[in-house]
Amino acid sequence: MGAIQNKLVGPVSDELALVRAAKQGDDSAFEELVRRYDRNVFRIAQHITQNREDAEDVVQEAFLKAYGNLAKFQEQSKFYTWLVRIAVNEALMKLRRRRPERTVSLDEEIKTEDDSLPREIADWSPNPEQQYTQAELREILSKTIQGLPPGFRTVFVLRDVEGLSTEETAAALELSVPAVKSRLLRARLQLRERLGRYFQKRESGDGTQ
Amino acid sequence: MKCSEFLHELTNYLDGVLDERTKAELENHLSWCHNCYVVCDTTKKTIEIYRDSQLYELPEDLRARLRSAIMTKCQQQKKRGPQSV
Repeated sequence: MGAIQNKLVGPVSDELALVRAAKQGDDSAFEELVRRYDRNVFRIAQHITQNREDAEDVVQEAFLKAYGNLAKFQEQSKFYTWLVRIAVNEALMKLRRRRPERTVSLDEEIKTEDDSLPREIADWSPNPEQQYTQAELREILSKTIQGLPPGFRTVFVLRDVEGLSTEETAAALELSVPAVKSRLLRARLQLRERLGRYFQKRESGDGTQ
Repeated sequence: MKCSEFLHELTNYLDGVLDERTKAELENHLSWCHNCYVVCDTTKKTIEIYRDSQLYELPEDLRARLRSAIMTKCQQQKKRGPQSV
């Protein structure tokens, strides 16, 4: 079993050139940055807010904020990491507004180590996702990740869905590298356990629930 | 290596950031511990399923609308001059 190959976010070689042009007032360069990252920002926002309209708002607000603050961008990190940080903050604000009764924080109480230890070990069927239609699978994946605390699913989405490095994720979320690693492990194990309900090998039956 | 130690290194193992010695120890553990093998394999599948899921893709028409709204607002902001946002 080898390591997971992360999908690349896109070429970064000319990202800095675009950022510098945009800083000089070249709006077409900024538009190119929007084109490059809007899909990523939308996915991240929808994963955090779990709401399509909120995610659309976050895309607009994050890019508008980036545009307004471009002069302050120090170029010490990648533009994309900086943008993700803005987008995550906007998305968390939306979530807080929508769920004022619940604390929404990336620093929420971490449960004890044992909580994430696998209880269910049963193996999955081969190609388990093929037991379901695309629509069913999307529903399962969406429902499953919604069950994770926001602090866990945000780390999972940035690292495993968007392919940011551990260090980039830490920078984007203002967390330490060990905190990112610990949340990532728990998020991965919790998702695995929850998906197991749908994907486990069955002794008999047709695989539906 | 105990199962708890294996689990502790699982994320580093899947991310391919372990030194050769620790990696060899983990793979030795995997070769005889079926439970850890299953946890490792299904965790890897979990990540791959989510990564390849195309959950929450932005439709092209909505994408175009959002981009146009963003650029219009950017231009309005520019006209109003620098301000804190």
